[in-house]
Amino acid sequence: MAFGAFATATSAAEPAARRKSPVALLLLLPGLLYLALFFLVPLLSLVITSLQQPDPLVFGRFENAFRIENYATVLAQYWPQAVRSFGFAALATLFALLIGFPLAYFIGITLRRWPLLQALALVLVIAPFFISFLLRTIAWKQLFSDEGPVVGFLQALAILPGDAAITGSAFAVVFGLTYNFIPFMTLPIYTSLERLDLRYVEAGGDLYASPASTFLRVTLPLAAPGIMSGTLLTFIPAAGDYVNASREFLGSTETAMIGNVIEANFLVLQNFPAAAALSLVLMAAILVLVSVYVKRSGTEDLL
Amino acid sequence: MRGFGRYAIWVYSAAALVFLMIPIIYTIVFSFNDSRRTNIVWRGFTLDNWLDVCDAQGVCQAFGNSILIGVVATVLATTLGTMIAIALVRYRFRFRSATTLLLFLPMATPEVVLGAGLAAQFLQAGVGKGIGTIILAHTMFCISFVVVTVRARVASLDPALEEAGRDLYASPRAVFWRITFPLLLPGIMAAALLSFALSFDDFIITNFNRGADVTFPSYVYTAAARGIPAEANVIASAVFLLAIALVLVSQLSAAARRRRLAKA
Repeated sequence: MAFGAFATATSAAEPAARRKSPVALLLLLPGLLYLALFFLVPLLSLVITSLQQPDPLVFGRFENAFRIENYATVLAQYWPQAVRSFGFAALATLFALLIGFPLAYFIGITLRRWPLLQALALVLVIAPFFISFLLRTIAWKQLFSDEGPVVGFLQALAILPGDAAITGSAFAVVFGLTYNFIPFMTLPIYTSLERLDLRYVEAGGDLYASPASTFLRVTLPLAAPGIMSGTLLTFIPAAGDYVNASREFLGSTETAMIGNVIEANFLVLQNFPAAAALSLVLMAAILVLVSVYVKRSGTEDLL
Repeated sequence: MRGFGRYAIWVYSAAALVFLMIPIIYTIVFSFNDSRRTNIVWRGFTLDNWLDVCDAQGVCQAFGNSILIGVVATVLATTLGTMIAIALVRYRFRFRSATTLLLFLPMATPEVVLGAGLAAQFLQAGVGKGIGTIILAHTMFCISFVVVTVRARVASLDPALEEAGRDLYASPRAVFWRITFPLLLPGIMAAALLSFALSFDDFIITNFNRGADVTFPSYVYTAAARGIPAEANVIASAVFLLAIALVLVSQLSAAARRRRLAKA
């Protein structure tokens, strides 16, 4: 499972004898050139675009320039959406961890004695990958709609006031993001726990550690690589997501995230410099957060 | 975990799994809805949506485009990614850390940035957007996932098998195609399936680079504003049931094999 590979690739034993040969270049070159052309050059295009200024002659066109102010302008205009993106993504990551960790523990450790049940539970975790995520999000929207079962039930219990709505709220967006990323959180943690040697846990008990301290000092550290890749696989795409927060899905204009603003500026308003500047701000912020996180957790080579 | 804790984790996990299934079941159930214009309220059971899937305008065209894009991008990404994975495990070369960084970064970059970047590039180069640019984009983000998947398989290969081939005077080409490649095949297949799934369900990067062409996810996104036809649910449900059947068969047979091995 590639989602676990974030965690497993480093620990996989590499054969000791690596040869030096021109064949290596032939194998690497096509793929790396492809990534250079369609990953690195686009980043460069973003940098160029983000510094452009409006063409004084043709309305709606831009010409190359060096307008650093573009960054100040978009940050001043869109800082609430940027802050909201990271807040929502952090909350969704936390909730996905609270649901995903026990689930991964259950599948990877509790179900070890029942291989068929274990296989079945694993299939259920990856099942959401096989059905369009837009349709899954629409399903939640309709379940949460004003005439839907959830709102009616909560209003009947007087938990929700009669005129309140769930869709369009921050709650709905964080809920949708959490739902979407539970499998991305669960699978890498499962891969770590699945290979955990239970004799370590037994040793903790033999040495008179309480179950709680065995869990904190043995199980949790051994699951750390999985938790780390799970949080990255959740936080990064969640921060850039714009489907959950969009008006047609679970959000409203009050819940717009940075992805919604980038999409609107690029595809609707055609204000390409603003969209490019915001994209680079998002990418830089994520790279800084990720590198700090990776440094602090001590596993530096992820791939 | 003893006593109460043992049952608590069963209940908690079962609830989490049910939670994961809710929107999937909802989508499948509403593929049988006798809906008129919008598929929001339940109006009764019908098979019409399944029998005339292509009745909703454009939905089959979008589905066909998604399949075409998925297949081409998968072939390209799997080929390029497998070559890189072999080189990473088997050979020494300079710029190794730069290479792994270049492979890691696309996975650590939010899709909206990848999408906007490619769109800015195509805009500057004056390339018209359409199915071609979608394929270029999908191949790009699939390569890294192929590399991590295949790499683990290459690393677990027993070098003695290839050595045996060489000892028996097989040419390097014969060693690769008769020994290495068949042993890598399960990993390559897993990578190809993952690529196809990623491409087929991609919306964000596609939306920035599709021009006027429509894929299945972009069809759903556009339709969301005015109500998604039940035929879209039919297509998603059919793909889901097919994929889950394949996975169930392979998972359960693997689990049964493990159990036999454990007993033996």
